[in-house]
Amino acid sequence: MTGLTTVTATAPGPRAVPRHGEGSGAPPRWRTPLLFCGPFAVLFLAMYVAPIVYAAVSSLFAVRRSGLGLAPPVKVFDPLGNYVQALGDKAFVASLGRVALFGVVQVPVMLVLALGLALLIDSRSARGKGLFRLAGFLPYAVPGVSAALVWSFMYSPQSSPVNHLLRPLGLGIPFFDDGTVLWSVANIVTWSWTGYNMIIIYAALQSIPAEVLEAARMDGASALRIAWNIKIPAVRGAIVLTAVFSIIGSAQLFNEPTVLQPISGGAVPSTFTPIMSAQAAVAAGNYPYAAAQSVILAVLVGAVSLAFFTLTGRRAKA
Amino acid sequence: MNAVIAKPRRLRPRRETTPLSRTVVTLLLALSTLYFLFPLWWLLVSATKPFGKQFSGDGLWFDGFGLFDNLARLTAQGDGIFWRWMLNSIVYCGVGAMVGTVLSALAGYTIAKYEFRGRGALFGSVLAAVLVPKVLFTLPLYLMFSGIHLINTPIAVLLPSVVSPFGVYLSRVFAAQSVPDEVIEAGRLDGAGEFRIFRTLAVRMMLPALVTIFLFQFVEIWNNYLLPAMVLGDDHLQPVTVGLVGWNASHVAVPPPLVIIGSLVSIVPLLAAFLALQRFWRAGMTAGAFK
Repeated sequence: MTGLTTVTATAPGPRAVPRHGEGSGAPPRWRTPLLFCGPFAVLFLAMYVAPIVYAAVSSLFAVRRSGLGLAPPVKVFDPLGNYVQALGDKAFVASLGRVALFGVVQVPVMLVLALGLALLIDSRSARGKGLFRLAGFLPYAVPGVSAALVWSFMYSPQSSPVNHLLRPLGLGIPFFDDGTVLWSVANIVTWSWTGYNMIIIYAALQSIPAEVLEAARMDGASALRIAWNIKIPAVRGAIVLTAVFSIIGSAQLFNEPTVLQPISGGAVPSTFTPIMSAQAAVAAGNYPYAAAQSVILAVLVGAVSLAFFTLTGRRAKA
Repeated sequence: MNAVIAKPRRLRPRRETTPLSRTVVTLLLALSTLYFLFPLWWLLVSATKPFGKQFSGDGLWFDGFGLFDNLARLTAQGDGIFWRWMLNSIVYCGVGAMVGTVLSALAGYTIAKYEFRGRGALFGSVLAAVLVPKVLFTLPLYLMFSGIHLINTPIAVLLPSVVSPFGVYLSRVFAAQSVPDEVIEAGRLDGAGEFRIFRTLAVRMMLPALVTIFLFQFVEIWNNYLLPAMVLGDDHLQPVTVGLVGWNASHVAVPPPLVIIGSLVSIVPLLAAFLALQRFWRAGMTAGAFK
């Protein structure tokens, strides 16, 4: 049930403070909230709501070019045109499949690593907890693009220290093969975010009451059993939350493959991820098509997140 | 703060852990640390090597010392454009995170502490916005900004950066937790205005949370690559991430060792900020995200 409490605890508002002296010439009670929330609300409308509306509306228009390409392209209302085109676009559909595969593999691997590290640091056998926690968190402070740049040197055939170490053993990892490049990207993402997720799970572990753990120990439960039967169920909520944020992160995949693209020797095409694909459509001057791709991606991400919340919530109840 | 929660456990004697389990746990943790530090170590070593030797050897140990020469070359490239990029990054992130934190603090505090029509709707949309991939806003924003001629101005990067739904969410949670209603009521009885109560009482009580929000937003803006890459074509306005990726993609025009040394310099401010403010963000992450 922790999963649900964590998520729903955000919903109910706390007791509101009544204004004093109401009706005695005091300013109307809506004035302060309006002044305080106003600036944020206006910018939120302009920077979040307006772009969504803009994208949704423009995705309904198709760009038509005349046969000879002499006249400028015109936009015609064709509500399904871009969507039909996107779903029939092999490169775009492939990019969706690619990030789906990425999410299905990378997210569980990263979260199992994060959970394992959090449990290790939380275990009574751990020494130097602060140091290990800090080392794990350090990559989060490295900007995603910088991390990708550094890893691109780890992968590059000319400089790769990894392959340099493996060479005497007669081994070498082809980081930029068609089959491996997705996992080279996955490694960068895992490196960047494992420590961040670990800290969140570790924070949740810290709030398990000591008496509960002590009682389990008195009953003779082993450390592994306590981890499996008490600690992991107790941090369910944190795991679900990190999972949802990681799924959203997978859908946004853009920085890492973009940085690797110029040195990948063609293994990273310009439509490697859905965002890159939409970006390519913009570069080609077809914004409505890019908007349709974005809408499809947003709907898919929303559906997956929702399904994930529902599934994990239901299982928690059972 | 986790230290507070962790205390009772630490007081108990360290028994029931065998040398074997301690060794296994330490070994596994050391292995993970090796993975996390490996690329950073390589970066540090390579940046200190004499110019041009970056790709010789296995890259895992120092080989001569050329850090200062490298920095001088970095400075010389393109009339010192690199430092311009660093300055741009710091300005965008500093201003964006500062304004964003103030906006988030005000909105979150108000949602937590005032009853008003539309409160539920506002908070609901904020939560929904947290769950939409942020990159998706970039393309339409780019077109909207082109329509009103904001392309190639710092405003185009700053405006989207100051809106942080996650910040509002965090500050609402923190305000509810750490600002007692009695304090607000006492302030009112003393005749303080609503804004004064926020500024002098609430902000102080929410400070660890606000530092966390500031840091997270600073990182988010520093990390955002697509938005500045699209809206800033003029390289004198670009942040360091966009500049470095440009250098990296230029292959021959800019020597790759400069990208290495530039990458090292570009991560220093964030690392420094995180290490210096550790106490705050730890408190923020522990208490805030999961209550």
